[in-house]
Amino acid sequence: HLATSLPLPSERDHLRPRIDLVVFMIDIKSKYSLKNVETSLAHVDASFFLGKVCFLVTGVGRVNACSIETNAICKLGKDYCSPVLYCELELEGIRVATAQRLLRMLQICAGHIPGVSALSFVSLMRNCDDD
Amino acid sequence: DSVDPQRTAFVLRKAWTLYSVTPLYRFRRARLRDYARLLSAFIAAEKQKGLAVQVGIELDIKVALSSLADLRGSELDQAALLVQLSSRSRASSRNSEDKLVWSGWFCSVFGDDLSENLPEDFTSLPLFLSHGAESYTSLVGSWFQKTFDCCFRRLAISPQNLSWMVAMWVGCKLDRAASATELVFSMPRLAQPLDISYAIHPEDAKALWDTVQKTPGEITQEEVDVFMNCLYAHFHRHFKIHLSAAKLVKVSTSVASAHCDGIVKILQSQYLPGVLMLLTELAISQIQ
Repeated sequence: HLATSLPLPSERDHLRPRIDLVVFMIDIKSKYSLKNVETSLAHVDASFFLGKVCFLVTGVGRVNACSIETNAICKLGKDYCSPVLYCELELEGIRVATAQRLLRMLQICAGHIPGVSALSFVSLMRNCDDD
Repeated sequence: DSVDPQRTAFVLRKAWTLYSVTPLYRFRRARLRDYARLLSAFIAAEKQKGLAVQVGIELDIKVALSSLADLRGSELDQAALLVQLSSRSRASSRNSEDKLVWSGWFCSVFGDDLSENLPEDFTSLPLFLSHGAESYTSLVGSWFQKTFDCCFRRLAISPQNLSWMVAMWVGCKLDRAASATELVFSMPRLAQPLDISYAIHPEDAKALWDTVQKTPGEITQEEVDVFMNCLYAHFHRHFKIHLSAAKLVKVSTSVASAHCDGIVKILQSQYLPGVLMLLTELAISQIQ
């Protein structure tokens, strides 16, 4: 399901299936996309931040078109205890690989992989910080 | 600290194309005349080969290399190196003057980050600025690359860095009337290119920056963001367009103007060191 911002329209709440993973897409060329994500984050229930949220930063192939500071993105990931993935949508190989990663994450968040749950993502991130 | 305005006047009010240059190997200041001769011979040879063809009168190119001690940040920086190409038309008589056809200069203003860890025999002049025909830039560049084993790369300026520049320059105090502050945005993903030019009265821009900046002489990324967000919000209020979703491609202020393709024009001599320091920093980060 794709949405340009949150909250999702309430009229369809009863028809909507369970949400297992929320991926916030930030285009590094657009400051507006970062602001949009920051506003939308406020509408997400706290329980999602236990591994069911991730940030996907696109457009990283063009360093010279960068409108957002990388520190701001890292801080966002840290503040919300969620992983940050970087990709370049214009390259098919990277696009496919990123889609596969997200799909894998989704499988874990939906509980389809025995022995691994969304909480694993959170503990993996904690370890990186301690280093 | 102060720069002799006479000797640096050539820098002002010209559009300079920017490059980052890796350190030069075995460059000797004492040999500038030799280098000028070698470069001149190289250009003549390339012309013979039919490269860099200039249609029209057959021209002899004279090369001059000079050091500019004034153009540097501190004693730790190398003095700037100026290369000038002049032509004397063969067709006209002996009292014709040399005409400057191309100039380029290497400099380092507070470029300690790069120069402090360099081994002996390397000279650090990371910023190169050229003005004149691209064919000459490429000739001069090739000769330097071959002779000193260095590498030139066009210096692109990201929208983020452009925002930093406009915030820095808008706050500068100026003696005479300032010209409008202008930001040019390119709208993404359209079939036909569309640019939006956002012009602000320089006093309004400075007033806004003064309310944002907390410590004079210091600028933080946060302050730049607040400044830009105010400009975006104002524009959105009037035109319902989110400039933050577009690409900032050019900024113009009374101090200087800069384009994302790495083209800069400096208008005020008093802020020349500050602008060069920023550009040196950008060049160094492109090299590293």
